[in-house]
Amino acid sequence: MIEIKNIFKSFENKDVLRNISKVFNQGETNLIIGRSGSGKTVLLKSIVGLFEVEGGQILYDNRDFTSMNTRYRKELRQEMGMVFQGGALFDSLTVEENVRFPLDMFSTLSPMEKQKQVDFCLERVNITDANKLSPSEISGGMKKRVAIARAIVMNPKYLFCDEPNSGLDPETSLVIDALIHSITVDLQITTIINTHDMNSVMEIGDNILFISEGEKCWEGNRNEILYSDNQKLQEFVFANKQYQKIRDEKLNDQ
Amino acid sequence: MNIFNVTGRYFALMLRVFSRPERHSVYLRQIFNEIENLGVKSVGIVAVISLFMGGIMTLQVAYNMTNPLLPRTLIGLGNRDSLILEFSSTIMGLIMAGKIGSNITSEIGSMKVTEQIDSLEIMGVNSASYLILPKIIAVVLMFPLLYILSVFFGIIGGMIVGPAVGAVTLTDYVNGIQYAFNPYYVTFSLMKCLVFGFLIASIASFFGYTVEGGAFDVGAASTRAVVNTNILILVWDLILTQLLL
Repeated sequence: MIEIKNIFKSFENKDVLRNISKVFNQGETNLIIGRSGSGKTVLLKSIVGLFEVEGGQILYDNRDFTSMNTRYRKELRQEMGMVFQGGALFDSLTVEENVRFPLDMFSTLSPMEKQKQVDFCLERVNITDANKLSPSEISGGMKKRVAIARAIVMNPKYLFCDEPNSGLDPETSLVIDALIHSITVDLQITTIINTHDMNSVMEIGDNILFISEGEKCWEGNRNEILYSDNQKLQEFVFANKQYQKIRDEKLNDQ
Repeated sequence: MNIFNVTGRYFALMLRVFSRPERHSVYLRQIFNEIENLGVKSVGIVAVISLFMGGIMTLQVAYNMTNPLLPRTLIGLGNRDSLILEFSSTIMGLIMAGKIGSNITSEIGSMKVTEQIDSLEIMGVNSASYLILPKIIAVVLMFPLLYILSVFFGIIGGMIVGPAVGAVTLTDYVNGIQYAFNPYYVTFSLMKCLVFGFLIASIASFFGYTVEGGAFDVGAASTRAVVNTNILILVWDLILTQLLL
């Protein structure tokens, strides 16, 4: 479980996050949604410590990340996995080497055990015949899947995904969503996904935080979105006519 | 960014670079990779430039030595000492700042703007040390070797071009390069190479690591890295020459 309490963050005297609190549950896909520029990425990067917050607390299973020194943060980070928007795979390494990298750096496994773990993770994300290819030789969807494999290779307790579906076609997006959701449930990890993909919201949104202009605007799950009377949330989620139609149909059915 | 701000950030980064590595075996592998990428792959350009410059300097000395009382052996001696004292260390340092320096800045800068460095940090890896330390060690180790190669090829260049165009006989040239040799000149230049190697790798890494933005900013950072490294190489050349020679 990750809990954030009264988070404040600003850049050059401009407040980007104001007083955001939320509990992200273990074994659930927790989503941070909001318009472009609303502060989603800043919030996610603040939670993982890539940005330092100016106020508030970030608790990883009651361990206060904000007051930890560098040594303890490094230890805690070995319990984290992150999938970046562009995949952030290392260009100089092959697919297999990318996935093995965290094991090479931190694990005490034998080379054979490492290979077994790498193969397991690549199979988990349905990549079996691209081990020796470099990141430039694989598609965007495959890059995301390799990034997921790398993120879970150390058996993390916390998984963070920044816009995992950006730049992907709808079908591949669904595959990625399903993959992240199943990993979250199977491994019982705390997953936080930063997205503005409404398919993701409706498919895997177990626990959703909607932020607008740097402030918490709404929280709930994918079913509650339909019945929410929050104007900003409704405008954001149902901006698409297709979604409006689906919502109206569902509400009429009831 | 003012000069004090940049200097402070440079030293802060160097503190992170020279901290204890997470896994020595991985760093060792990285050092060998960098030795190949930055050092071994520079041998060709060093050889070509040195061959030509050795030949050109030999001709310049020969054509400017109009006094018939001066022995022709001075042509070889002039080429040798120019190569040992300045060309193969300082001028090669300026050239390497362009080749290796821009390579390092663009590589690290691209990693920065594509979030690969963030990715390392999230894993708990000290990205500054992992990316920069092997490059510094590789360049500091390889630059003295490239210097020795440069001197060798420069002398060979003079030996080919001088007699070929009739500017000096092979015997005079060979006598010249053996005449009044001072081994301290080589020691002095090797010390300069260590300093220049460190400057090239560390400054280029700093500009790459601190880049913000996109591809355009990476290009701009590469240019800034090369310009700043060149200036600092010349400043340190002056300081070391005054202190050590």
